[in-house]
Amino acid sequence: MPQVYKIRKGLNINLKGKAEKIFVKAEMAEHYAVKPSDFHLLVPKLEVKEGDSVKAGSVLFHDKSNPAIKFTSPVSGVVSTINRGERRIIREVVIKSAADQVYEQFPKGDPAGMDREAIVANLLSSGLWPAIRQRPYNIVANPVNTPKSIFISAFDTAPLAPDFDFLIKGSEQDFQAGIDVLCRLTPGKVHINISDEYPASSAFSRAGNAQVNYFRGPHPAGNVGVQIHRIDPVNKGDFVWTVGPQEVIMMGRLFQKGIYDASKVVALTGSEVIKARYYKLIGGACIKSITGNNITEGCQRYISGNVLTGSQIEPVGYLGYYDAQVTVIPEGIESEFLGWAMPGLDKYSLSRTFFSWLAPRREYEVNTNMHGGHRAFVATGVYEKVLPMKIYPMQLFKAIMFEDIDLMEKLGIYEIAEEDVALCEFACPSKTELQALVRRGLDLMIKEMS
Amino acid sequence: MKFLRKYIDSIKPQFKKGGKFEKLSATFDAFETFLFVPDKVTRSGAHIRDSLDMKRLMSVVVMAMLPCLLFGMYNVGYLHYNLTGEAKTFWQIFGFGFLKVFPIVVVSYVSGLAIEFIFAQVRGHEVNEGFLVTGMLIPLVVPVNIPLWMVAVATAFAVIIGKEVFGGTGMNVLNPALTARAFLFFAYPGNMTGDRVWVAGIQGSGMPDTATGATVLGNLLQSVADKETYSAIASKLPGDLDAFLGFVPGSIGETSKLAILIGAFILIYTGVGSWKIIVSTVMGGLVMGWLLNAFSANAYMELPAYRHLLYGGFAFGAVFMATDPVTASQTEKGKWIYGFLIGMLAILIRVVNPAYPEGMMLAILLMNVFAPLIDHYVVEANIKRRLRRLKRAPVKLNNQ
Repeated sequence: MPQVYKIRKGLNINLKGKAEKIFVKAEMAEHYAVKPSDFHLLVPKLEVKEGDSVKAGSVLFHDKSNPAIKFTSPVSGVVSTINRGERRIIREVVIKSAADQVYEQFPKGDPAGMDREAIVANLLSSGLWPAIRQRPYNIVANPVNTPKSIFISAFDTAPLAPDFDFLIKGSEQDFQAGIDVLCRLTPGKVHINISDEYPASSAFSRAGNAQVNYFRGPHPAGNVGVQIHRIDPVNKGDFVWTVGPQEVIMMGRLFQKGIYDASKVVALTGSEVIKARYYKLIGGACIKSITGNNITEGCQRYISGNVLTGSQIEPVGYLGYYDAQVTVIPEGIESEFLGWAMPGLDKYSLSRTFFSWLAPRREYEVNTNMHGGHRAFVATGVYEKVLPMKIYPMQLFKAIMFEDIDLMEKLGIYEIAEEDVALCEFACPSKTELQALVRRGLDLMIKEMS
Repeated sequence: MKFLRKYIDSIKPQFKKGGKFEKLSATFDAFETFLFVPDKVTRSGAHIRDSLDMKRLMSVVVMAMLPCLLFGMYNVGYLHYNLTGEAKTFWQIFGFGFLKVFPIVVVSYVSGLAIEFIFAQVRGHEVNEGFLVTGMLIPLVVPVNIPLWMVAVATAFAVIIGKEVFGGTGMNVLNPALTARAFLFFAYPGNMTGDRVWVAGIQGSGMPDTATGATVLGNLLQSVADKETYSAIASKLPGDLDAFLGFVPGSIGETSKLAILIGAFILIYTGVGSWKIIVSTVMGGLVMGWLLNAFSANAYMELPAYRHLLYGGFAFGAVFMATDPVTASQTEKGKWIYGFLIGMLAILIRVVNPAYPEGMMLAILLMNVFAPLIDHYVVEANIKRRLRRLKRAPVKLNNQ
């Protein structure tokens, strides 16, 4: 029996709007986009201009500081617009899709018979390399490094998260092919982490060329950072790579068929979705193709990803590169009279300070309100309740605030990423922006170490 | 409430930058957020946030103190009429106490909040809610006969010297309410100790000279100084039930252990107070009590350990003072050490020093000072663990 890692600290936020396990094949969206903002610190250098026609897998732009890392089009069609933001920063490269999909051809073959350089080159040129992220820093991995291990979290515990066992249906072989690719990239192990609480898909639990680990406990048990921390923690100078299961599937398809096929399954979730379902679509799709008239009236927030770590997008925005979930929740623009003093039967809280603890199984409809103003940092001990790592979050946050590089390193900044402190941020009664803070700390470390 | 909302929205621009009352923006913000939970939505990071904010957190602590306050009011009346020998109804007794205690609460809040507002204004930050708790704690830890001006001075001292000079809420080293009490204790000992301050009306004319309003601990200290035997002392102690329910002289909020237990339950159940600190403080007190029992060098040391918990401010301090998140140890392991040492020190100070009957205040203040040191060693252990892991790690891969 493989080892079961028990996670004791954390919090499962029970929200309304879980996706029903029904596959819907989404219509081909009119527009698709690749967003440089999905890749932290990336400075893109365009290789196309508006009006160019592209195939699925054609390079759109590359990383200015590392030109080998390419970002390719998920579909074939014409580059319709390049949206720029302040100071002409490139926000998204939009492709108008063609009716018939044509693909760039990449080398295919059994990765077991290929040498490592060829595998890396294939991933780089197809645009699948950015799917590999590294710890520390949670950024796109540098292809010249060798990771001590590779981690795949095959379950997601975030609020309303999609069920990966359901997503993988029909792609089991591609997943294994992807694992066969990844195991060539590291001298160490490829770890597949699954939940112990229900039987996982055999594609995960019986995967070859990998070690399967079981986790039990509340969110963030499914966060790959927490899993790395328990199994093979990142020391100074180490690199651990992480890949999402759907990206593993895409890698499998690349080596089996020789094409960049970015199709994936996305869960449409949230209390404002009328029929929450799973949709089969192509990465980077405009979400209008799945939200259509499936959203209630009113002022809503559209999130690519989950409510804790996702990024806000326009109602006609595009799915993020790494995301397997779109969440729609109400905006909390109402101010509430004496709201802090009310019994709060419908108010969700980690603490029992509102009487909502009377109904523990209730599914909550939570909006985007801050529920209070920003206040001084007070050590209330809530961070420690939701961060299942042997790290002192309070002390680390303070070290980041006063930019003490040495202390940050000592307190374990290499082991965390923004997403790992998302619950701390959620629970913070002083309403401190902790994910942004940790990102600032990580960026500072990158700058200092380079 | 639409009307009120509209009115606030209409005057809001005057308090914004460039408005007529720009300088009063912190005050405006404090009142606005008091009336309405702001309509601010998340802009970065997590899209949803816990409904708990500082206002709710602090008001839960204030709620937890209400049983102590209400009982304290009743007890003030009860002790007074017990002294005068008049028979009164429940509401008359409570009313007497209310009229004695309520002004202290008002003075504490008004003087403290005024200073908080001024500092927030000058520093240009929000008014923090921490004082809601401090303002309630101060009346509960002073004797009923305290002159009101002393309450105002002590509160001002606590807020300015105890908190604002360190940078305000979240930065202070010492518990502000205890700072206020310590200030009074050393500046005006005549109004904080002895047997004439704890019962309302005892200083008045026409009271029998033999009437005594000494606290249990005051009596104990006196008896020990008089070299009485423990059995002689024990006969003078109040019954355990009386001490538990709180019908004894003492600071306004500290006497009823039942009311404190209700407060402790609220704090622990809502997850606001640290049960680790409360439990470890009680354990520390009991262990010290037993240790002293084992030596039994004088009559005081023979006092059963559990009785230490029933007398004086031990229980109140353990539940409401030691648990202050800002001044307590901030690491989970540190909380055990911190609480345990508070318990031990409090009983040790009580029993072995000849001057002060009570040791809780000094024990907590002392451990407030040591809390960062405890945390330092706890965090240092975590850092060393990480460094050891780095040393054990296999040979480095060739990375850039």
